[in-house]
Amino acid sequence: MALLEVKKLGISFGGLRAVDDFSISINKGELYGLIGPNGAGKTTIFNLLTGVYKPTDGSITLDGVNLTGRSTIEINKAGIARTFQNIRLFSNLSVLDNVKAALTNRYTYSTVTGIFRLPKYFSAEKAMNEEAMKLLSVFELDGEADTIAANLPYGKQRKLEIARALATSPKLLLLDEPAAGMNPNETAELMNTIRQVRDDFDMTVLLIEHDMSLVSGICERLSVLNFGQLLCEGKTAEVLSNPEVITAYLGE
Amino acid sequence: MGFLDNLINGISLGSIYAVIALGYTLVYGIAKMLNFAHGDVIMVGGYVIFTMMTTLHVNPYLSILISMAACTLLGITIEKIAYKPLRQATSLSVLITAIGVSYFLQNMALLIFGEKPVTFTSVINLPKITLFDGQIIIKSETTAAIIVSVLIVVGLSLFVNKTRSGRAMLAVSEDKDAAQLMGINVNRTISLTFAIGSGLAAVAGALLCSTYPVLSNTTGAMPGIKAFVAAVFGGIGSIPGAMIGGLLIGIIEILGRAYISPQLADAIVFAVLIIVLMVKPTGILGKKVSEKV
Repeated sequence: MALLEVKKLGISFGGLRAVDDFSISINKGELYGLIGPNGAGKTTIFNLLTGVYKPTDGSITLDGVNLTGRSTIEINKAGIARTFQNIRLFSNLSVLDNVKAALTNRYTYSTVTGIFRLPKYFSAEKAMNEEAMKLLSVFELDGEADTIAANLPYGKQRKLEIARALATSPKLLLLDEPAAGMNPNETAELMNTIRQVRDDFDMTVLLIEHDMSLVSGICERLSVLNFGQLLCEGKTAEVLSNPEVITAYLGE
Repeated sequence: MGFLDNLINGISLGSIYAVIALGYTLVYGIAKMLNFAHGDVIMVGGYVIFTMMTTLHVNPYLSILISMAACTLLGITIEKIAYKPLRQATSLSVLITAIGVSYFLQNMALLIFGEKPVTFTSVINLPKITLFDGQIIIKSETTAAIIVSVLIVVGLSLFVNKTRSGRAMLAVSEDKDAAQLMGINVNRTISLTFAIGSGLAAVAGALLCSTYPVLSNTTGAMPGIKAFVAAVFGGIGSIPGAMIGGLLIGIIEILGRAYISPQLADAIVFAVLIIVLMVKPTGILGKKVSEKV
């Protein structure tokens, strides 16, 4: 059974049909790409999948659980985490605190415990630190745990965003244009990072990307979106050589 | 020794402003709104203590705890009813609502407790400190205000920076939507912020009414506004900034009253605000806001 099963998803903003009749099925462990020209509705689909927008039609099922119309927090708890097109870290917090903030839901102790520093405070904080440092070391950010996030170089901020998303312990990771603003070397490194995330964390990844070297380099399957509708889907090489897709990108 | 006396009074008043300013700065820092009803929560806190002690003869310290609980509940309720529905509205709508809540609380107090000011019995029961053979007397209210404000600043900093709920508050203050998508419950976090801010208002109410023992429905209004000036002065959003701003505003007010003109003391405080906003708009410890293009 597919991990993510989206059926006939649609949303209207007033008279504008931003996404229409969009279906997708992603298997566990897959690296899946969502591509399409600017304004095709890719980020809108991410916002629908994470509960930022509520769909007007259709259904979203993750691992057999129906998530249609649920709140962002419920969806995050159910196992979908994301990064953003323009990096949205907690930029005045340290690298470590960025990850620990995302662990808020998984290591709980009450506010009162925190104020009076009861024994549980220390054990939970210790566990959080250990888990956060483990995540950071995967991305080679453990040496910069105390750096303020805004002071990290661009490529590392992207990595930290992925680490922060993984801290919520998702089943499905959504990456919104992870290579945006990166040079070819950084992109190549990012491709390795994404593969590593998939292998080490047993993760399923759905990514939006314009950089075709990244898309053809790591995505196993693709869906192409145009004017809010699915244009075609299939194996990466087949989709990229499809004349309809080429027309959508380059015009007649 | 006149100057030292005035300075001590200034620090005393400043410590009270600091505790009030912490409430302003906390709510502004996390929820990004100016809660102009904060001063009136102080007044409500004062009346709760007055009712407990004078009418019901409850122990003073227990009265403070009851007042803190009542104000916490009041803060959460105000947030839920008045501010939460405006989460997506412009900051101007929220600001006007806050002013509305402020007048509502003042008039409710007028209705319940009447227009005649009541005399507040000090809740503080500590010995006076006498220095230089009785030339300087530090009142117990002053000592209490200083100790309590320092404890609150240190405690609040530790709470915000080192605990799970505090970290969630910081994350929400940075980016509400991203925090929500990382599984942080934004509504609960903002609710908690109001709870803590209003609990502090109750403490401020106890200190204020003990030092200046007249309580009426507008008792909280002016100290509230001055504490807001203090929060801006110190750098709104900054916890140590609120402490520094509060102390400075208290000292400026008392010294201004003593050496320049009693009538102009309030004007001097607001003139300070205008000058600070012109010279350093972000306040003493405020973060520089850089717009990314």
